[in-house]
Amino acid sequence: MTTATDLDRPAAPPAFQEVNSARRLKNRLATILVGFAFLIALAPLVWLLITVLAKGFEHVLNVDWWQKSLAGLTSRQFGGGVYHAIIGTLFQGLICAVIAVPIAILVAIYLVEYGKRSRLAKAVTFTVDILSGVPSIVAALFIYALWVTTLGMPRSAFAVSLALVLLMIPVVVRTTEELLKIVPDELREAAYALGIPKWKTIVKIVIPTAMSGIITGITLAIARVMGETAPVLVLVGYTVFINYDPFGGNMSSLPLLMTSERLTTNEVGEARVWGAAVTLILIITVFNLLGSLISRLTSLKTK
Amino acid sequence: MAKRIDVKDLNLYYGKFHAVDSVSLAVPPHSVTAFIGPSGCGKSTVLRSLNRMHEVIPGARAEGKVLLDGEDVYASSVDPVSVRRTIGMVFQRPNPFPTMSIRDNVVAGLKLAGERDKRKLDRVAEEALRGANLWAEVKDRLNRPGGGLSGGQQQRLCIARAIAVRPDVLLMDEPCSALDPISTLAIEDLIGELKKDYTIVIVTHNMQQAARVSDQTAFFNLAGVGQPGRLVEVDDTERIFSNPGQKATEDYISGRFG
Repeated sequence: MTTATDLDRPAAPPAFQEVNSARRLKNRLATILVGFAFLIALAPLVWLLITVLAKGFEHVLNVDWWQKSLAGLTSRQFGGGVYHAIIGTLFQGLICAVIAVPIAILVAIYLVEYGKRSRLAKAVTFTVDILSGVPSIVAALFIYALWVTTLGMPRSAFAVSLALVLLMIPVVVRTTEELLKIVPDELREAAYALGIPKWKTIVKIVIPTAMSGIITGITLAIARVMGETAPVLVLVGYTVFINYDPFGGNMSSLPLLMTSERLTTNEVGEARVWGAAVTLILIITVFNLLGSLISRLTSLKTK
Repeated sequence: MAKRIDVKDLNLYYGKFHAVDSVSLAVPPHSVTAFIGPSGCGKSTVLRSLNRMHEVIPGARAEGKVLLDGEDVYASSVDPVSVRRTIGMVFQRPNPFPTMSIRDNVVAGLKLAGERDKRKLDRVAEEALRGANLWAEVKDRLNRPGGGLSGGQQQRLCIARAIAVRPDVLLMDEPCSALDPISTLAIEDLIGELKKDYTIVIVTHNMQQAARVSDQTAFFNLAGVGQPGRLVEVDDTERIFSNPGQKATEDYISGRFG
């Protein structure tokens, strides 16, 4: 059995090596670093959510909170609700969306389907880029100068919506543009080859294919503008009463209520501010959930 | 109704680049014509110019004449949309519309042209799917998305979609290059049947396929990189594969090319 020892010995050194210790160390370091960065990013978010819920959640559990305004209550009386501000936030956000979404989608369609690399398309893209960097206070002051000073219209919820439109358009243009771009050209060609005109191809083939993502983008944009504070401070007055008229009179909204009630330096004011904060977060969460539900319903299926 | 195609002095450009130089050929009705040739020789470009899909690419343009039963496809008064309704096309990669069911994919051309009669659409869908040899496989799941079918089934779905608008001519741009041999065979059999009703032009890289399915073969080549592609010769498939008129054709077919 002397030959067995020969066979036991490998004929050549092994082709594969173990992971060397330097690489293993680097891997461990990188893992720790990434995990740590994640925690640092997450901590303030969780902290914020816990603080807001801890201070405000008890106030929103009351049915009155969702049904009543603060009318007739002094700054020392507990009770009442923020119905007037919820209405304001929804009105302003939705009016803004009704104006901004069609414009933004048409702009995105022009940029992707018609403009391509034309000079006008480049100019539009450039303008949208600049617009997306405009601070909300600047948008608010611009609308004030245009709507109130130049056209002589009163400050109103509608003026707020106009300022929000300026903030919303670039966001929706950008997301819609990206989503239309990833619709494969093969689908457009398939439609053309069937003798389907270009506009019908866009309306019936391209947009439905990108629909799910476009809806997500729109709901995220609505959620964002509903939390904007500068336009409501500049363009509409605060009130504790319910106002259903977006074109006239003061109309409250959740961010406006928070900045106004913040000046009430007692427990009542604190309750109102934190309660409104929870309410705003809840409304935005509901919008996001609705958006992802609709986008799931309209997403492409293969089964 | 199958129609004949006459191409006269067709020059094709992408911007300043001269892609195809002066092609003239005739495609008789109820026949299959295969375009063969090395990559980049312009055979797909010529195919796409026949139903004015060439000009969809920005900067692309065509000079010359393409006559469909004597009618110029490139006449200035002609709407390219109506040309494409008359001359259908099947692409290299199956591209069913992802938002639509199998049935809606098939009738998409009619439906988007304004046809609303549900019974008529159902009838057309069945006829087209039977015509594309797909009916038996999908008749129980017409309302499922087209994206759930296999590659070969998707390509037959695209053929059904193309024939559902009842074109006179069917153009096929390497319709089997993304498919396995069994699906390829199914499509080749289908081409043989479709010949009864349509004039077919097919681009293929597979010379056995050209020999199997076509009546007439056109060989395209290009003199060199940056040179325009040109038509070397067009003749009966049998002659091209047994006794071609040009040395270049013989070299390409026997694999002595390049």
